Amino acid sequence: MKSSFKKVLVASILFAGVLAGCSGGKNSSGGNSSGGSDDKGDTIKIGANLELSGEVASYGQSISEGMELAIEEINDGGGVDGKKIEVVKVDNKSDNAEAASAATRLTSQENVLAIIGAATSGNTIAQAQIANDTQTILLSPSGTAPNVTENEDGSINEYVFRTSYIDPFQGTVAANFAANELGVKTAAIYSDSASDYAKGLAAAFKETFEAAGGSIVAEESYVAGDTDFRSTLTRIKSANPEFVFVPGYYEEVGLIVKQARESGVTVPLMGADGWDSPTLIELAGKDALNNTFITNHYSSQDPDDKIQEFVTKFKEKYNDKSPDAFNALGYDSIYLLADAIKRAGSLDHEAVKDALAETKDISLVTGVITIDEKHNPIKSATILEYVDGEQHFKAKIDPE
Amino acid sequence: MEWIQQIVNGISLGSIYALIALGYTMVYGIIKLINFAHGDVFMIGSFVGFFAITDWNLGFFPALLLSMTVCSILGVIIERVAYKRLRNSTRIAALITAIGVSLLIEYIVIYFRGAQPEAYPKEILPSKSFELFGAKIDSQSLYILLITIVLMILLQFIVHRTKIGKAMRAVSHDQDAARLMGINVDTTISATFAIGSALAGAAGVIFGIYYIKIDPLMGIIPGLKAFIAAVLGGIGIIPGAMVGGFILGIVEVIVSALGFSSWRDAAAFIILILILIFRPSGIFGKNTREKV
Repeated sequence: MKSSFKKVLVASILFAGVLAGCSGGKNSSGGNSSGGSDDKGDTIKIGANLELSGEVASYGQSISEGMELAIEEINDGGGVDGKKIEVVKVDNKSDNAEAASAATRLTSQENVLAIIGAATSGNTIAQAQIANDTQTILLSPSGTAPNVTENEDGSINEYVFRTSYIDPFQGTVAANFAANELGVKTAAIYSDSASDYAKGLAAAFKETFEAAGGSIVAEESYVAGDTDFRSTLTRIKSANPEFVFVPGYYEEVGLIVKQARESGVTVPLMGADGWDSPTLIELAGKDALNNTFITNHYSSQDPDDKIQEFVTKFKEKYNDKSPDAFNALGYDSIYLLADAIKRAGSLDHEAVKDALAETKDISLVTGVITIDEKHNPIKSATILEYVDGEQHFKAKIDPE
Repeated sequence: MEWIQQIVNGISLGSIYALIALGYTMVYGIIKLINFAHGDVFMIGSFVGFFAITDWNLGFFPALLLSMTVCSILGVIIERVAYKRLRNSTRIAALITAIGVSLLIEYIVIYFRGAQPEAYPKEILPSKSFELFGAKIDSQSLYILLITIVLMILLQFIVHRTKIGKAMRAVSHDQDAARLMGINVDTTISATFAIGSALAGAAGVIFGIYYIKIDPLMGIIPGLKAFIAAVLGGIGIIPGAMVGGFILGIVEVIVSALGFSSWRDAAAFIILILILIFRPSGIFGKNTREKV
């Protein structure tokens, strides 16, 4: 009796394992992929490798919404040179390894012309090698770390581009704001120890702030996933900074801002685009967020015509929701790519890549973009202040 | 003085670890099983509290009681379904099953609601900060400490002054002798799980109120640290779990306060290794030698 039960059990476990293995492959490419994966013909097939779940799902979801709006607009207008855009979406679960395997799937199985993604620098860097090797354009809407496009030895990743500005610019803008606008002389930095993004921002901030005559009185770091920051915040408080720079992602920052106020840190807090998510306000609460600032890619309150047109169209499609910076970047990424395809005049990967690298003065929602020789856009940054849980436009800083 | 604030931080954190550790230690004391699913009972408690407060608009105490009740029942179900049949198997089998139950609970929750976190509403417990010797202390921390102390006193009362408590102590001392004395061992073990899980449920609600962010995988690290706390105090010994929890909380905060915040989690595990090398029976444990 017993041994035959064991055999049945083992057999069913193996069977279940086989089934799981089979369906695993299909589940993740949850998008609409046409059978004949061929990017000649009358569709332009692109992939989206985004953080749709996990720690930074807010960014990926927002980018996806922005992309959808842009694709809808372009396709309704007849497509790019008569060809409609088709997107295959893959969720990289906010994880480096998943991002890399998703990129492999998009390039070798789906044969896409370009991959839009990922939202974070870390997940984009994980795909860079694959993009270069398969000659597939990798366009990150919001990966701001410099080493996404430029490697340590100075070489540029040939097929990797981005729609956003880079962290050295963002960090510099923040430091200048702190030193000149807020007039603070001492600052503390509390950054994420594991992300390229945060480390790059912290380094840029420190350099510029010290060059402007300020001094950094405390430099602390946290581990992503932590929930208790009070002891370090108490430590920061005892160093008495007039300003704290917290360049992290919204899940931890939301808790840090709340616990900072509880621990008696009442000075201005500032961060970068990583703060931009509705979850931040949920976690921190409106009161804690008063007297905090961020550098961001755009402001929905900016009276610029192009921005307001985008805001109106976005609200129409998405139930009166006001678009955040990631929505705008997703939208701009599609238009940036479409413009390059038009100028290249073909869907040849290398031609589009060259056209993209030559992008000059294209007017998009997040600014007028020119791609420099390092594949980075030269564009302006916006400073926003949180007042009562809402982002208020504070200043716009143009690149030098 | 900043260090007073740090101590308060440490005690709040320690209370949560202590409440979870009590469940670990009670279950180990009675059936020599390290119930790795306990951290996930804590997580369920947190979510039940969240839904009670936001969806059903219950106040803090009703939500706490509801959470403790649901976790009790969950604990008993886990024991009956997974561990009861393995009482006569090897301890390794039971351990592996416990890990399996843990993963099962986590991924069932993820299956039904996704892995994204939830935010507890703020101001469930009044949050006023006041100065005490120059340190800014939040009244929430004091409430947490108060609730923890009340629960621990309640537990001590149950264990030492009631019949079921006596039965629990008897069964953990010698299961067969207890059975011969007419104690219903099955019921006693279920009661142990029920009480331990209720405490984990309370810890879950408290964690949610204090740290706001909850997610399906939140039970893993606090569960492991509570296990370390239980071992530190002497696994199987109830006061040991309480003391171990507070010590661990305070050590973690001190490590952070000295500037090594990336080493917080590592510190807990270093303590585990040291305790197992130098004093495996824990602070309150007795070195029982096998007499031939």
